[in-house]
Amino acid sequence: MIVAKRKPIQEIKEMLKGCKKVLNVGCGTCVAVCLAGGEKEVEVLNAQLEMARKLDGDPIELGAYTCERQCDREYLEALDEKVKEYEAVLSMACGAGVQFMAERYPDKPVFPAVDTTFIGVNQGVGWYEERCRSCSSCVLGLTGGVCPITMCAKGLFNGPCGGTNKGMCEVSKDQPCAWHMIYERLKKQGRLDCIMDLRPMPEWQNQVPRTVIQPGYEKPEKEAEKQKAQ
Amino acid sequence: MHLLRAIQKGADGVYVVGCIEGTCHYNEGNFRARERVNHVRMLLEEIGMDAERVRMYNLSSGEGPTFAAYAKEMTENIRKLGPNPLKGTGRGQESH
Repeated sequence: MIVAKRKPIQEIKEMLKGCKKVLNVGCGTCVAVCLAGGEKEVEVLNAQLEMARKLDGDPIELGAYTCERQCDREYLEALDEKVKEYEAVLSMACGAGVQFMAERYPDKPVFPAVDTTFIGVNQGVGWYEERCRSCSSCVLGLTGGVCPITMCAKGLFNGPCGGTNKGMCEVSKDQPCAWHMIYERLKKQGRLDCIMDLRPMPEWQNQVPRTVIQPGYEKPEKEAEKQKAQ
Repeated sequence: MHLLRAIQKGADGVYVVGCIEGTCHYNEGNFRARERVNHVRMLLEEIGMDAERVRMYNLSSGEGPTFAAYAKEMTENIRKLGPNPLKGTGRGQESH
């Protein structure tokens, strides 16, 4: 799941400076589950903002709406008429949702209310930990299910650095060494040979936004174009 | 949300009373409640309001006099803080 953290109120206030009527839009999927930008968080932020602006002697009118997913066109469509009533939009979705919203309403300022933090797992109520950097070249099959990109402070791909010390990382005594974990896990599984299966480094350079089209879901427009060309 | 809404609507203070720590029927329910109360206190502080307007107390259901003592303490606390500054600033538009 994508995990986010709400921005400090001062930062949000600064972005909304001068705005008198703003629609706050929550997202009902990842950010709702990680308690950062769902329906409840929209209500909390609106209450806090409304009080803050009233105390400043500069009241603001806030609308609230939470759609199923801000990264899906079909759910954003429901907002088309509503957005017209407001001078700006505050989005509590992840960075993808904010951008999709800004793309749909290019004449309207769209402000982010959360900082998108990582792809992670739920360790307890309200407690999340990072596990994936979505690097597009997953090697978890060779590393015993421990991601060297995410779990190693240096994102090393092919073994530990000199800073590994009794299973811990040199950056912090509370941070386990990812490559030590990989070694222990593979040893337990009798697959230590995997550690020697070196892989080319992921292509971090010159990255452009990635696109995924699942097999069997090629864009219908492309199909139409192909037909036309024939 | 209910705590925040009460302050937003002009309440001078709100307090939450939970069971004695360690005796909650829902095990960690009152510890969670305290966490939520602390969160609301932080939200109020963030916007320059006194966090002391929201407090959490713990007692058992058989402690009537303690409940009354806490109510008295909270009332005195609120009196010291004065009225909610949101009162008298004009009722703003509510979110909907």
